[in-house]
Amino acid sequence: MKRTAAALAALLLLGLSATACAEDGDDSGGGDGGAKSNTIKSGLKIAFLPKQVNNPYFTTAGNGGKTAVGEFKGTYSETGPSEASASSQVSYINTLSQQKTDVIVVSANDKDAICGALNEARQAGTKVVTYDSDTKPDCRDLFVNQATAEGIAKSQIKLISDAVGPDGGKIAILSATANATNQNAWIEMMKTELAKPEYSKLQLVATVYGDDDDQKSFTEAQGLLAKYPDLKGIISPTTVGVAAAGRYLSGSAYKGKVALTGLGTPNQMRAFVKDGTCKAFALWNPADLGYLAAYAAGALASGMISGKEGEKFTAGKLGEFTVGKNGEVLLGEPFTFNASNIDQFNF
Amino acid sequence: MRRSYAWDLGIIVALVLFVAVAGQTIEGVGSPRFWRFVILEVIPVALIALPLALVVITGEIDLSVASVLGLTCTVLGQLWAWGVSSLPLLIVLCLLLGAALGAVNGVFVTVFGLPSLAVTIGTLALYRGLAYVVLGDRAVANYPTTWTRNAIAAIPGLTIPWMILVVVAVAVILGVILHATPIGRGLYAIGNNAEASAFAGISVARTKFWLFVLTGAMSALAGVFWTFRFASARADNATGLELAAVAAVLLGGVSIFGGRGGLVGVLAAVVLLATLRNALQLADVPANALTIVTGSLLIASVVGPNVATQARDALRRRRARTAT
Amino acid sequence: MTALAERPGDTRTRGRVVAQRFFVVRELGIGLALLLLIVITALVNPRFLAAQSIKDLLLGSTILAILATGQAIVVITRNVDLSVGSVLGLSAFAVGTLFVSAPGTPIPVALAMGVALGAACGAVNGLLIAAARVPALVVTLGTLYVFRGIDYTWATGKQVNAADMPAGFLRMGTKAVLGVPVLALFAVVVLVFAGYYLRAFRSGRELYAIGSEPAAARLNGIPVGRRIFGAFVVSGALAGFAGVLYAARFGTLDANAGINSELNVVAAVVVGGVAIFGGSGSVYGAALGAVLLTTIGAALPVLGVSPFWQRAAVGALILAAIGLDRILMARVGERLRVIGGRSVAENAPNQRKGARRA
Repeated sequence: MKRTAAALAALLLLGLSATACAEDGDDSGGGDGGAKSNTIKSGLKIAFLPKQVNNPYFTTAGNGGKTAVGEFKGTYSETGPSEASASSQVSYINTLSQQKTDVIVVSANDKDAICGALNEARQAGTKVVTYDSDTKPDCRDLFVNQATAEGIAKSQIKLISDAVGPDGGKIAILSATANATNQNAWIEMMKTELAKPEYSKLQLVATVYGDDDDQKSFTEAQGLLAKYPDLKGIISPTTVGVAAAGRYLSGSAYKGKVALTGLGTPNQMRAFVKDGTCKAFALWNPADLGYLAAYAAGALASGMISGKEGEKFTAGKLGEFTVGKNGEVLLGEPFTFNASNIDQFNF
Repeated sequence: MRRSYAWDLGIIVALVLFVAVAGQTIEGVGSPRFWRFVILEVIPVALIALPLALVVITGEIDLSVASVLGLTCTVLGQLWAWGVSSLPLLIVLCLLLGAALGAVNGVFVTVFGLPSLAVTIGTLALYRGLAYVVLGDRAVANYPTTWTRNAIAAIPGLTIPWMILVVVAVAVILGVILHATPIGRGLYAIGNNAEASAFAGISVARTKFWLFVLTGAMSALAGVFWTFRFASARADNATGLELAAVAAVLLGGVSIFGGRGGLVGVLAAVVLLATLRNALQLADVPANALTIVTGSLLIASVVGPNVATQARDALRRRRARTAT
Repeated sequence: MTALAERPGDTRTRGRVVAQRFFVVRELGIGLALLLLIVITALVNPRFLAAQSIKDLLLGSTILAILATGQAIVVITRNVDLSVGSVLGLSAFAVGTLFVSAPGTPIPVALAMGVALGAACGAVNGLLIAAARVPALVVTLGTLYVFRGIDYTWATGKQVNAADMPAGFLRMGTKAVLGVPVLALFAVVVLVFAGYYLRAFRSGRELYAIGSEPAAARLNGIPVGRRIFGAFVVSGALAGFAGVLYAARFGTLDANAGINSELNVVAAVVVGGVAIFGGSGSVYGAALGAVLLTTIGAALPVLGVSPFWQRAAVGALILAAIGLDRILMARVGERLRVIGGRSVAENAPNQRKGARRA
């Protein structure tokens, strides 16, 4: 409770201070950052290409992006495959490149597979910003990350440890697709986190893949409990997975006995938080992620930044952001949702 | 046979008309880059559809082609991961694998006498399953960039990938065999009446067997191309591609009952479907709507001739009745 | 043995007994295989027989069993319906949308709507196949694309969330009566109806005739076109019904519901003893096949076998099943010929007397 209040306060402070900085920036006129332009060009064509289009997480992110693009008077479009497949994304990248899109904002299903298409698009003049899930750094210009892998991993392990209790036990991970860059980065960090002495009682027994498909995730959750009946907790760092696992647990004999946490959206998880299946879960605001990614895209296409470390740009109401190592821009820290605050959100 | 040429011509005319109209209304259609992407899509489908057309002409079907492709991809990826680094060796091994997989189909159909629809539905599941056994959920994606770049490299001076020449060569060879040799005429004979062909001295079982082997090998070749084009070998590569290949074959004028059809139409149909898809995507028609188009074209291409034949027969019967 | 001992009626009865015994053997075989699998898995891990685990198994096989029942009816007529997955997806999303926009809808109305939608899709299939005399493989391949495309166009970007569905409907998806899930009871009712219809009604038995030899069936006065149309309407209706149950079980629905399930359905039917070349098999076998496939999927991880072997196992089973069927068919055919030959020889003196045999 106190932690979440503190986190929320910290976020608010960050936002407020950043806004203050942004206002200063506007006042000083064109002197910032040397000879680069200071405002985002109007009329830019920004296209969002999420992992899959019928995923509410990405729909929310896209709406955030749409708001941002409207603010700097560009043209927003969103397209993508209906299943989380890398080869499908290639075909969309080719189309967007032919349509002379200025920036493609993509969440990659596979860090290698879409590189060829992305580089061809960049050669033809389109800029590439990845968000949510990265590709190899040399295939894109910028990466807008929602939170550090360490931050997400720490939050997830802490949440499952709290939910399972001091006696510890076996836990499992229900992930998305086996090649999703972000999933694998987070799972690696979670394993590092689990090796710490304070989590010695927790034992990771399995990692299964639900492919961000609701039915498959549901069946995988079922399979986990069939195989490890003494499983004490499931971490599902994907909104589709945690919702499916929650639904399975909630309707089974394991409700309340097996802890569940992950990265979920408040609307999908509300019922499970209220009925005790899941005590707490984390996420960030996907709309903010999309908003930031759109502004980063606009800044990139206008020549305000080029992806080098240390460059700064303003992302509308979110304030000023600095480009980090490897062209990465960080949104913030994950936010924890639980019974006390879940009703305040609607996404 | 004269009727099938009319169909082939019809498909080509439809293609030309579509490109002409779309080129004016949709921006980007007809540009060199557009054709590059269309041809990249055409290559694997054509490699599969051409031998598949021969199989369908003899009255059989092979639904396992995409699974052969997928299994080849995963084996290629696994071999690479194990350290096999000679590209020619990898390609040869993959072709042999595809031929073997096709041979299994052939044995079930010709030796055990099982219906090819059922057999290839079974091998579709079996081969795809084996692909998952080989690589699981992982992907192998760390091929040398020279390989992946060369696979989709363009013919010097143009934007079109050089692999299309391989496809054209295959089409020419198979086309010559089909239309200008006794073997080809034998295929039509088998499709029209297998028993009569057997009595006429054509070795039906052997012919069908080798056609399945050929289809398997070509699917494997398509698999090698697919892996390098997407720079990723995964167990679910090309899932569902068999439907695209069958749609192209049937839209290309090959009769599902066997005994009729030609390769020109099939090749034109593959290009038409890929062009349609890419053009509509450029027009921001959602990819999902394109499945409706593909499905409707598939149904129309089979229902159309049947309904036309029935109508003509009915008309002939009425004319015969009124004549007396 | 007198010349009057064997009459054609007896031949037919004897033939039918042989054929029926063959079918019963086939279904018993599946049942036995299923039992064996459960026993072995339970020995490895007794929790496999725990109440929750059995409930999950029954729930998991329900939808497949209902699809398999409809598919069996179609396959018996020597056709195939590849569009069932798309019809399921369409129906599931329709029901979900209905509940989201009108939460007070009574469940029977939703069920009726799903069934009606499925029947309409089945009618499209049936019309094209029966009227245009087009092979079912091609038509249902095309409608697989078309129905899925319609589902996508309707559902792209949208998703029906379990959180938005009425609790009563979702509870139906998990509730159990005496340990047996409600959904499984639905499947049993459907199965019994279908089985009884095929066995006891003339139009049901005519389906077998059509599958065995369509030309002969037509010459015998069976309205082949109408029967095939009916078979596809039923298959579509059952797929629609399965879609409603899918919505109840999974709650969260998007455009991908039911995708790629056609393969599992055909596998269940073929493994269950319904010959792909038509004319034989029963819906009970198909349902047993569905349960067997689902059990394999659930048993593999428990047995420590990588779950990735499950698909390969399905493929191998299909091949084994059709091979087995072909062998058994040949065997039965031989026996029927022997019986027929023997009775002809015995009846020869009667034939000379000019007695007409039907």
